[in-house]
Amino acid sequence: MANVTLRSVRKTYPGGFEAIKGVDVDVGDGQFCVLVGPSGCGKSTLLRMVAGLETVTGGEIDIGGRVVNGIEPADRDIAMVFQNYALYPHMSVYNNMAYGLRNRGMAEAEIKTRVEEAARILELAPMLERKPRQLSGGQRQRVAMGRAIVRQPKVFLFDEPLSNLDAKLRIAMRVEIRKLQRRLNTTSIYVTHDQLEAMTLADILVVMNGGQVEQIGNPLEIYEKPATTFVASFIGAPPMNLMSTRPEEIRSQLAGSNAADAGILGIRPEDFVITEETPAGGVALPLTVEAIERVGAETFVYGSREQEDQHVAATPGELPPGEVIVRIPGTGAPAIGARIRVAAVRAKLHLFSGDGRKRIEA
Amino acid sequence: MVEEEGFRRYIAHIVLWIGIAVVAFPVYLAFVASTQDNAVIANGQMSLLPGGHFFKTYYQTIFVGTSGTTREPVGHMMLNSLVMALLIAVGKIAISIISAYAIVYFRFPFRMSIFWLIFITLMLPVEVRIYPTYKIVADLHMLDSYAGLSLPLIASATATLLFRQFFMTVPDELLEASRIDGAGPFRFFWDTLLPLSRTNMAALFVILFILGWNQYLWPLLITTRDDMQTIQIGIRKMITTTDALTEWPVVMATAVLAMLPPVFVVVAMQKLFVRGLVETEK
Repeated sequence: MANVTLRSVRKTYPGGFEAIKGVDVDVGDGQFCVLVGPSGCGKSTLLRMVAGLETVTGGEIDIGGRVVNGIEPADRDIAMVFQNYALYPHMSVYNNMAYGLRNRGMAEAEIKTRVEEAARILELAPMLERKPRQLSGGQRQRVAMGRAIVRQPKVFLFDEPLSNLDAKLRIAMRVEIRKLQRRLNTTSIYVTHDQLEAMTLADILVVMNGGQVEQIGNPLEIYEKPATTFVASFIGAPPMNLMSTRPEEIRSQLAGSNAADAGILGIRPEDFVITEETPAGGVALPLTVEAIERVGAETFVYGSREQEDQHVAATPGELPPGEVIVRIPGTGAPAIGARIRVAAVRAKLHLFSGDGRKRIEA
Repeated sequence: MVEEEGFRRYIAHIVLWIGIAVVAFPVYLAFVASTQDNAVIANGQMSLLPGGHFFKTYYQTIFVGTSGTTREPVGHMMLNSLVMALLIAVGKIAISIISAYAIVYFRFPFRMSIFWLIFITLMLPVEVRIYPTYKIVADLHMLDSYAGLSLPLIASATATLLFRQFFMTVPDELLEASRIDGAGPFRFFWDTLLPLSRTNMAALFVILFILGWNQYLWPLLITTRDDMQTIQIGIRKMITTTDALTEWPVVMATAVLAMLPPVFVVVAMQKLFVRGLVETEK
């Protein structure tokens, strides 16, 4: 049981590349913290620094009230689950889990109790004598989890543990990881690039971009009040529609309040409704339907706006300029080529400064 | 494999049988000669079927040796060869796996220089540096000893490179998992890297054992005593006689015996060797 605190942590590689540019995160005891961001944003590097697999260039990493910057991974009282599981291929499942305990000089009887307990929790009991190559992907994943559990560490570290599994198994394992973490109540840090995984698992969500933290907070809070356009387009699928407020059509609808300072307007696809009315203070847009995606419970309408001049700073996951996604219920959809009018109420508008770095409350 | 139809399949089989015959017939002939009487061979009337002197010849070869030339039972020569080949194979594997481990997993000053230094020794086989090597072995009083026979042949750039290439395919996460599991460099080497290299070591052992077994020039130079000579030298000495008939049955029996250990090693290691090729998972 421990807090994990990162205090202005930096990482600069010998070549001069700055992977982490000063990160402050505070993970409370028993909390599940998810680091999310596009590939190359430094989330894995940060996790590996907590594990002790990468050196820290600046700042402090504190686990349970002890600064661990110079301490070996084995002595940090952490356990890590790797993306490719990193099971020892020549050892049985039992020995894979027991190895770390044996290296610590634990009595064989105690090891047996712990491994069998972990195997019971993870439903691995019938496979203890098998080798990793005789297991399926999901089972290997569970062994990797088991190896972490038996150690009873202060902190679990997960490095994209589900990305090698197929979609169905990924969802099942996601739920299992969450249940397990709740049950063991162990502080966890989890790295993923999948925003859905991040939203569903996290107590605290840390959105990272380019070696910096964009926003820290409760997942729903981040969803409802993204601090930057990067967070706005990264969290939520399909991504938030971002558009410039410069065109007269939008500027006139936003008139009043402090919306005038805003350079970028964001509206989530699910906040639009197809209607001929314009809600008071809201925004309405005429669209030409370009494509329809039906996924059963909901339907995504891809529409284009007439104006060509809007351009918003390009960030990952962002839509091409002029394209708007609208999410509507699964029943009924406009025909392709039809001209429709969509509107969103005032409370659902997100306003950002022109460079996308600052949220403006309307 | 593509299934060949009718005529083409027979052609393929005939070609294969011709290949087998070309390789196997001399070996068969050597075996037949080793079971015949020397007089029959000497007057050129050797039959193509095994004769009746099998036990007599092989008993004499293994326990007594030829009457005149080498004065040493072949059994003892085989022991010398075996010790030398084993020392070379095991020594080469041990030295090269350790140096490859150092080069791949540790960052120390001049690491790459040392790697290249090892690499360029590929261009300096024993034959090229035979005089200085002989001088060193002589100065160390290792002539006519197993150490002298094997030590100079143990350093191996090829095996070091092979292990280096293999280590580089082992995922880094395995090392990291070991570090988190509290295994230091020695434990990682012993508990993880060695077991993973098992099939590579087996393949190398086969190659290096045969290489060691077939050494001729080096043992010829540094062994002078009869009781230190290897089987390859022994065969050569048996053939050259000055005033007597060459004892061909014994020579042929020695040749057959010299073939057996490499064959045994290949057959015994084959399973591990093939499994190493089939098992792709690291």
